[in-house]
Amino acid sequence: MPFVSRIDRGKSRSRQIAALNRREIVAARLSRREMAKLGLLTSAGYLVAQHGLSARASGGGPESPPTTPWELPLSIPPVKTPVPTLTPQWTTAPNTAAGEGRTRAHQATGLFPPALLYEVHQRAEQKSVHPDLPLQTLWTFDGHVPGPTYHAYYGQPILVRNVNDLPADNGGFGLPSVSTHLHNGHTPSESDGFPCDFFERGQFYDHHYPNVLAGALSTHPPDGDLNESMSTLWYHDHRVDHTAENVYKGLAGFYLLFNQHDTGDEGTGFRLPSGEFDVPMIFTDRVFDQDTGLLAFDLMNEDGILGDKFLVNGRIQPFFQVKRRRYRFRWLDGGPSRFYQFHLTNPSSLGTVYPFWQISNDGNLLPAPIQVSNVRLSVAERADVIIDFSQFPAGSTIYLENRLEQDDGRGPDGDVLPAGQGNYLLRFDILPDSVTDGSAHPSTQQFYALPSTTATPRVTRTFRFERTNGQWAINGKFFSCNDVRFRVQKNSVERWILQNSSGGWMHPIHIHFEEFQILKSNGSAIPAGSVLKSRKDVMRLEHNHQVELFFRFRDFEGRYPMHCHNTLHEDHAMMLRWDIDATGDTKTNP
Amino acid sequence: MTGSVSRRQLAVMLGLAPLAGALGAAATPPRKWAEISPRDRIRDRHFPNVELVTQLGEKVRFYDDLIKDKLVVINFMYATCEGVCPKVMHNLGRVQKLLGDRVGRDIFLYSITLKPQLDTPEVLATYAEMHGLGPGWLLLTGAPGDVELLRRRLGFVDPDPEVDRDTSNHIGNVRYGNEPLTRWGSCPGMSDPQWIVESILWLDWPQQERDEKGARS
Repeated sequence: MPFVSRIDRGKSRSRQIAALNRREIVAARLSRREMAKLGLLTSAGYLVAQHGLSARASGGGPESPPTTPWELPLSIPPVKTPVPTLTPQWTTAPNTAAGEGRTRAHQATGLFPPALLYEVHQRAEQKSVHPDLPLQTLWTFDGHVPGPTYHAYYGQPILVRNVNDLPADNGGFGLPSVSTHLHNGHTPSESDGFPCDFFERGQFYDHHYPNVLAGALSTHPPDGDLNESMSTLWYHDHRVDHTAENVYKGLAGFYLLFNQHDTGDEGTGFRLPSGEFDVPMIFTDRVFDQDTGLLAFDLMNEDGILGDKFLVNGRIQPFFQVKRRRYRFRWLDGGPSRFYQFHLTNPSSLGTVYPFWQISNDGNLLPAPIQVSNVRLSVAERADVIIDFSQFPAGSTIYLENRLEQDDGRGPDGDVLPAGQGNYLLRFDILPDSVTDGSAHPSTQQFYALPSTTATPRVTRTFRFERTNGQWAINGKFFSCNDVRFRVQKNSVERWILQNSSGGWMHPIHIHFEEFQILKSNGSAIPAGSVLKSRKDVMRLEHNHQVELFFRFRDFEGRYPMHCHNTLHEDHAMMLRWDIDATGDTKTNP
Repeated sequence: MTGSVSRRQLAVMLGLAPLAGALGAAATPPRKWAEISPRDRIRDRHFPNVELVTQLGEKVRFYDDLIKDKLVVINFMYATCEGVCPKVMHNLGRVQKLLGDRVGRDIFLYSITLKPQLDTPEVLATYAEMHGLGPGWLLLTGAPGDVELLRRRLGFVDPDPEVDRDTSNHIGNVRYGNEPLTRWGSCPGMSDPQWIVESILWLDWPQQERDEKGARS
């Protein structure tokens, strides 16, 4: 049964040997003289074996213990339910006396009063990721990894009380100080989960999510621009400098937005598969310690961390029993550093390509579904897809396979592996039951038109994403919470040029608050029919890549970041703060 | 002997029996897992207890004497470095001043040379004097193999071997951590010193614990 990439095997072995050798040298507490005697050092004092001892042989870290694939069913996070009241009640000004960590007043609770209240607790809990491994102490929302899924509706504002009940003892990594970001939310700054709005153990933070379309207070009053509708958002910890380890430990979940078209009921609106046929999936890769079997995080790494275990919704290589009909999957690359290219693979017919439909980019529905043979995602990117399992015989199995080769944090090396030689992430088992399918055929669907991008930008700004002496920078500068690099005028249009100047590295760049459209990529417009002809919030910057992005910043004010979403780069200063205010500035290289 | 050190070769060299359950033992479940504390695991992975020499000529063990029980700040440099070092070392000077009398008491700064053959304790002493290093900030040299082992274990390595070999273009990050609390982080050494201090202090002991320690000392 194929489950480990054949190509990786040689490298894996050398990494494992290196890890074991290093451990034994340490355990033996050898002096330099002793090491030299043993032939482990050359006469000049350098380690003999580049790969036998290197801490980063081929980008590897420690190697995980073996696990048998397809042992556990896919876990589907529960839907979060509201509470009737909060104690103490929410307040517009920060309730510092009661232990709220917020520092700024809510700017929009008056306009969009919360219709539903939620309370979520971040806490440590023992979870099983696989029966071959011991229980793991993970950091959870309400005891779940991924956290519970919010089902939110446009026109129904909510307020989420987020309580930090994390332990002081971090179990080896993680900082129990958090800021929960709603990724892609059109959210007032004080509720965005800005990296520096962190709150400590024992504190809480009330996040107000207006669930309002962009333009509601500006270009398209009173309801906003329907063509700015978003569908698949996610929330995750964004604690400045410590995001990677905190999310690695479990702090992430889904937030789905519905409206009168994307209704959550396949009998109405766009008739997208709904209920048990609408399944969010977060893909994460992890390493587990060979000796303890526990989740391992490389604390001495600013480049990117890759795991050799592939998890979907918090479990290693699960199986998922599907009925012979259409499903909507909401795929999310949960990081920390890996890029994926997803294919459907039938091991007994490797030459067969199984097309499916991509209906969103970064969780925003495309103008119309696009038939694809694969989907590529970098960290934090999302794609909603529709797969029709009625094409497969009852009782058969089909695999979701990542065929993108990547050896280290620099990004994929450009090779797409042949079918069956990548990493199998998930096994679909096709059930024999007959079942009705109330969803529309994707070829018949139209969603939202793309908002116009012809408005003249008030300012064009250029950003270079760089690496100097191993330090991550944007335009030669490093992140700091209080350094406002530039100011955007509220309700204005801007053009941003992003340049990857960091040599052999790729960067998934995320801009908070407003989606963008790609005007040009390396000088060329995005062709019609491309999945990049869409609204996005993560720009995958490839080697020597330059893009021009169109933005319209509307409705709210305050501070937001732009950052690389390889969370190791983000945690090490590849981020900047920009603010929205009434006047803005015109800095072109901030 | 060139190339990789195999498991068998290493076992022979170290005089160890091959570890049960290490390689081929793809574990007949249920497997018995080692009980190793996260703190020990981090020590094993990252803090080899090698012998180093300070600018004062004092011999120290990396883990036992420099890391254990402390809040530490670590970077790599060398005395004749004209690239990233002057700026980073200047910043660390500011960091030392901003941290005040805690440096040398429960916070320690360590700058490890990348050119141990050239940077003898005497050379480092001169450097320390010229740059006005205060107590609690050690410049460290040692056997080249040990220094290289430390550099790798502490992650001051570029994944591109060619870039990594170019010492004049070495990693300019500053790593900091609270060893007993197993909290670690790093930031560019060229960041604003005030920001570096803020980042270091996020890993500090809780105020109450600091007060108690202060009372004891």
